[in-house]
Amino acid sequence: MLIETADIQPLRSPLHASKARREESRYVTQKDPGFSQQTVWMIAVRDGRDRAAFAALFDYFAPRLKGFVIRAGAPPPQAEEIVQDVMLTVWRKAATFDPHRAQVSAWIYQIARNRQIDVARKENRPVPEELREEPGLEPDASQILGLEQEAGQLKQALAQLKPEQRDILEKAYLGELTHQEISRQTGLPLGTIKSRIRLGLQRLRHELKDLMS
Amino acid sequence: MSVIRHHIPDAMLASYAAGTLPQSFSVVVAAHVSMCAQCRAALEAHQAVGGLLLESCAAEPVSGRLRQDVLAQLDAPFTPEPCYDRSGIFPGPVVAAMKGRQPKWKTLGMGVRQDILMADNSGSVRLLYIPAGQAVPDHGHNGLELTLVLQGSFSDETGQFGAGDLEVADEEVDHTPVAGASGPCICLAATDAPLRFRAFMPRLLQPLFRI
Repeated sequence: MLIETADIQPLRSPLHASKARREESRYVTQKDPGFSQQTVWMIAVRDGRDRAAFAALFDYFAPRLKGFVIRAGAPPPQAEEIVQDVMLTVWRKAATFDPHRAQVSAWIYQIARNRQIDVARKENRPVPEELREEPGLEPDASQILGLEQEAGQLKQALAQLKPEQRDILEKAYLGELTHQEISRQTGLPLGTIKSRIRLGLQRLRHELKDLMS
Repeated sequence: MSVIRHHIPDAMLASYAAGTLPQSFSVVVAAHVSMCAQCRAALEAHQAVGGLLLESCAAEPVSGRLRQDVLAQLDAPFTPEPCYDRSGIFPGPVVAAMKGRQPKWKTLGMGVRQDILMADNSGSVRLLYIPAGQAVPDHGHNGLELTLVLQGSFSDETGQFGAGDLEVADEEVDHTPVAGASGPCICLAATDAPLRFRAFMPRLLQPLFRI
């Protein structure tokens, strides 16, 4: 990677009125070595509009996104256009990234699927209402770390799948299977995975209930 | 909000996350997720799986120009997509499907009203208004029908459904939903094929009324 964590310094030009809180969240991030590199970059983009961190995210995700959208059926000339749209959306909608609820890769995955479907169907895919954080809510490092640990376990579970199971899973999440095919296929590899992430989900659910109540 | 007891089947959430669900069902899933923390968490778990698969996807080198272009456009002005908030009983995705307007009810007889939000070959999405205690004529359907309660309640042969509850009925189900006695029931209903009403009107007239 081109950029190391140390390069991500607090900027002196915060855009938001909640400057103190944003500084605080950056402080939490920098103090804590447990966050993944991608999360650290994304928080720096969100809170500091940090271009170096964005460039690092681009270098990490753009080639993967290109491989992903080609595998999901985009013709190669269109693939780079979609990557461009997705990465610009990452920059523009950074404020909606919430590390308490999503890994950077999960957040970018749904942006990429939305974009690819919008392009293919020429209409906007319906999306749920965005959850808004309560103003003044302090970032909870243990929740962010907990989610990252769950994602790590999920990654291990994925790595342990048999090749044919993994293949089905990739096809499903790349949109290569129809809705009916997914209904028939899930239960096989997903059952294994779901048992591993149940705790993480429960925690996520409680967090969400607090937010929505 | 009442406790939600009828949720989106997990395979349908996975399909929504992957983007393979028909547009009509996607409206209902997005609306239910807007009302239901449990299904939102489950959806976000599917997105986490998708994210990990994205990370482990074989990378394709991108052109240097792409990087330059993207970095050069960071300050470019852009028009944000319209963002629809909940309006009264209607969750954001329903308001989006109505393009921000209020429902335009058309009467179907017996006090039942509907507003078709979208209808094409891939299916239909509509709002249904059922007066308290009124039965919606017995109907079967081709394919699958999703019904999300937005206000009030209804019950049929398969159970009772309150605000936020989702009924998934396949073509095997011939059901007669009856609105609860306490007030009118408003639902969001989606199909991936036209409905077939039995007692309500001759099947020949259905294309005319688009139900």
